[in-house]
Amino acid sequence: MAITVKKIEFRRKLTFLERIWLPEILRGLWITNRHFVVNLSLHILNAVGIKTRRKGAVTIQYPEQHRGYHWRLRTAHYLTRREGGGPRCVGCMMCETICPAKCIYIVAKEHPDPETEKQAASFTIDMGKCVYCGLCVEACPEDAIRMDSGHLEISCYSRQEMMYPIDRLLATEHDPAPYKDYKRFLQE
Amino acid sequence: MFPDMLPEILIDTAKAGAVLTGVLSFGGLLTWVERKQSALMQDRIGANRADILGFRLLGLFHIMTDGLKMFMKEEFIPRTEHRALFVLAPFIAWTFALLGFAVIPFSPTITVLGAGFSLQIANPEIGILYVFAMMGMTVYGVVLGGWSSNNNYALLGSMRATAQMISYEVALAAAAVGPLLVYNSLNMQQIVLWQGGYFQGWLPLWGIVVQPLAFLIFLTAGTAETKRIPFDLPEGESEIIGFQLEYSSMRFGAFMFTDFVEKILIACLATTLFLGGWQVPWLSDSGLAFGGASVLPLAAWLVWALRAAAFAVKVCIVIYVLMLVRWTLPRFRYDQLMHLGWKFLLPLAFANIIVTAIVLAVLNL
Repeated sequence: MAITVKKIEFRRKLTFLERIWLPEILRGLWITNRHFVVNLSLHILNAVGIKTRRKGAVTIQYPEQHRGYHWRLRTAHYLTRREGGGPRCVGCMMCETICPAKCIYIVAKEHPDPETEKQAASFTIDMGKCVYCGLCVEACPEDAIRMDSGHLEISCYSRQEMMYPIDRLLATEHDPAPYKDYKRFLQE
Repeated sequence: MFPDMLPEILIDTAKAGAVLTGVLSFGGLLTWVERKQSALMQDRIGANRADILGFRLLGLFHIMTDGLKMFMKEEFIPRTEHRALFVLAPFIAWTFALLGFAVIPFSPTITVLGAGFSLQIANPEIGILYVFAMMGMTVYGVVLGGWSSNNNYALLGSMRATAQMISYEVALAAAAVGPLLVYNSLNMQQIVLWQGGYFQGWLPLWGIVVQPLAFLIFLTAGTAETKRIPFDLPEGESEIIGFQLEYSSMRFGAFMFTDFVEKILIACLATTLFLGGWQVPWLSDSGLAFGGASVLPLAAWLVWALRAAAFAVKVCIVIYVLMLVRWTLPRFRYDQLMHLGWKFLLPLAFANIIVTAIVLAVLNL
């Protein structure tokens, strides 16, 4: 079979009106000007208290306004508790082993209850290193670590503050408020 | 001799101060206008975070915070043999851009206490040539800034900017020749006075009506002259290194601000040359008049105030259009820029001059 060459025309030939630029420039100016006038009118209407179907800007004023997280979003970790109140974690090191960022540091110790083998003496997560992959949650056999706290704004002023100790992880609880459709998630 | 001139000197100094203050404040305001206008065009809100005691005032405080930031930044001066020039360069550009405003007729002449008064610092017979001379000098700021930076990239950037500014200055001046032939005067007030006439008794004989092509060329070349988009190759600081490379702190701010001042100057010139200056359509010295019949008589001071306001409004409109262009068009490539300047705008401007001259000669005006 002979080699054939397929010629692809990338460029459409410009028409005369397009080549003299001026009508196209005016068309562009018309579009931007329309956006300006429409948005300005909408802003003024909103400012004097008249509700409009569309807002003048698509901006979400972030620290004051939240867009709402998707219900599957992985947020900062926390440790769950048993019915008695103690931590669920049995210090099996599964999460520390699977963690690709090596950001979990566990020291295990004997648990007073002979039914439970071990417990965590210290459980520290370096949030500065965490890549939010969620593998620790999947690896945990006890459902002790979860990533649906709803906290994502974890920035702070020092690396030391980024180290979340066990007390802090246990004190955190699931907060559905930042999620926009958590109820739907619970139904499914 | 001197005591006689004293009141005149005082009045001129006061006028110069007023114009200087007005232009600088307006330039400062433009930095805010530009941000807000672009935001509205792009369905955003724009700068609104700076606040004083919780009042944000549509982000107007950003003008102050920007200036404050510029002054507080570290000032870096590179090791250069031309330290004095390096320090002076932004202010050379700035000064000459501001000097251009000396002959702009912001208002007509009104008789106050037996003496003529107008918001124009000086009214020489060669008014428009003076402005072009001053605008030509702003190139020195750019070329000296790039050269004294002791940096090859800055030097190349300043060469690009210089070539662009000089190229478009030719087209700018050539575009202005057409209307000047029609007005038969270089005096700024005479130019505006000529535009007070009417075609068929109703259409104001503004420059844009008489010389529409020259207006387009003038506005295009003016945009290039002030280094604005789509001709902002000297300013594309983050993408193509420009002449401001080694400048920091308020010296960089001075370069940026010069562009705003130049933009106001171009807008003032376009208003004077093509948009009838301070003329208000159908407003004569005695009041509103249409088709020769006086409709509404107005006091002389009111007419004067209306006309001064008209000038400001027209300048604002021109600046709005220039900013509209800035946020609409993409940047030209450098060869396209030179091509447009030398092979398109300049011949067109010359053709405009020749046709205008022939028509004027045939009509025997």
